[in-house]
Amino acid sequence: MNGKVVTITSGKGGVGKTTTTANLGIALASTGDKVVCIDSDIGLRNLDVVMGLENRIVYDLVDAIEGRCRTSQAMIRDKQFETLFLIPAAQTRDKNAVSPSDMVRLCDALREELDWILIDSPAGIERGFRNALAPSDEVLVVTNPEVSAVRDADRIIGLVEAEEKGPAKLIINRINPGMVKRGDMLSADDVVELLAVKLIGIVPEDEAVLVSTNHGSPVVLNEKSRAGQAFADIAKRLKGETVPWMDLDEKDGFFNRIGKMISGGS
Amino acid sequence: MTSFLEKVAGKNRTSSANRAKERLHLVLVHDRTDLSPEDLRSLKDRLIAVISDYVQIDAGQTEIQIETDGREQTLIANIPLKSPRSRH
Repeated sequence: MNGKVVTITSGKGGVGKTTTTANLGIALASTGDKVVCIDSDIGLRNLDVVMGLENRIVYDLVDAIEGRCRTSQAMIRDKQFETLFLIPAAQTRDKNAVSPSDMVRLCDALREELDWILIDSPAGIERGFRNALAPSDEVLVVTNPEVSAVRDADRIIGLVEAEEKGPAKLIINRINPGMVKRGDMLSADDVVELLAVKLIGIVPEDEAVLVSTNHGSPVVLNEKSRAGQAFADIAKRLKGETVPWMDLDEKDGFFNRIGKMISGGS
Repeated sequence: MTSFLEKVAGKNRTSSANRAKERLHLVLVHDRTDLSPEDLRSLKDRLIAVISDYVQIDAGQTEIQIETDGREQTLIANIPLKSPRSRH
């Protein structure tokens, strides 16, 4: 097997890297692909709770790298999908416990066994980010339509290019179509124009994301959720499929619908 | 023409999204080059001084700016020369 290493990063914290990693992992595994999600945010472990696997952790990433266990022992199997695994971050160590070359070595071994190795990068541009970037074949930059997140995304995209890991692909998370319409939120087009990178996904703001995270059951499993659908679409694009962009206007607010009626469409 | 409702909803030139886009555009230009607006002004002054040692230029009309094409950035200098006839 010749697995692909995909790094999910953002610069700014809290934009949805972990949510994206968990959802892409499930979407890819649901088609039978073998997937491992690696939480590389050492000291701030989170992917385990988002995936609902927090009670099954025995060994972690640092244990595997330092040889206290075999890599397969640090891979926790998902509750629902047999071909999905999580390697959790160590909670009581710091980022310097792992080096970029450790990550390259680990991922090279995992490539033999799996189709996809998804790395959830920590926020920031320091060691943790370097660790997550080093083994990467493809980089997904997650941002929100908001000035600070876009600025940090630009910085990350530049660093990814400088490391010759680019061009990164962009995921715009938490778009609120109503606010975009009112002119109070940057549109996906605005963000793409500013960052000048290829888009791989637009995820609408959706309360179902928080609800499913509360349950430890990622939103992509909820067929009614538009955010879930958007993550499923990103997984298909990662696999090389052409998927049409979701119509974000479907859920127009009351005023937009009235406005359309008065102005006769457009 | 902008409809009344669009105006009420704030969808015009000064919408907050447009403001965000303009501000971001400026910030990103300088982030990417690691060149502050202050540096750019100082570069312009020194450039004018150096070129003036060789040829007479119109310092007031000289412009230096960073142009963006995708993720590529180019420093563009527009330096009008004074025609010899205009010299005293």
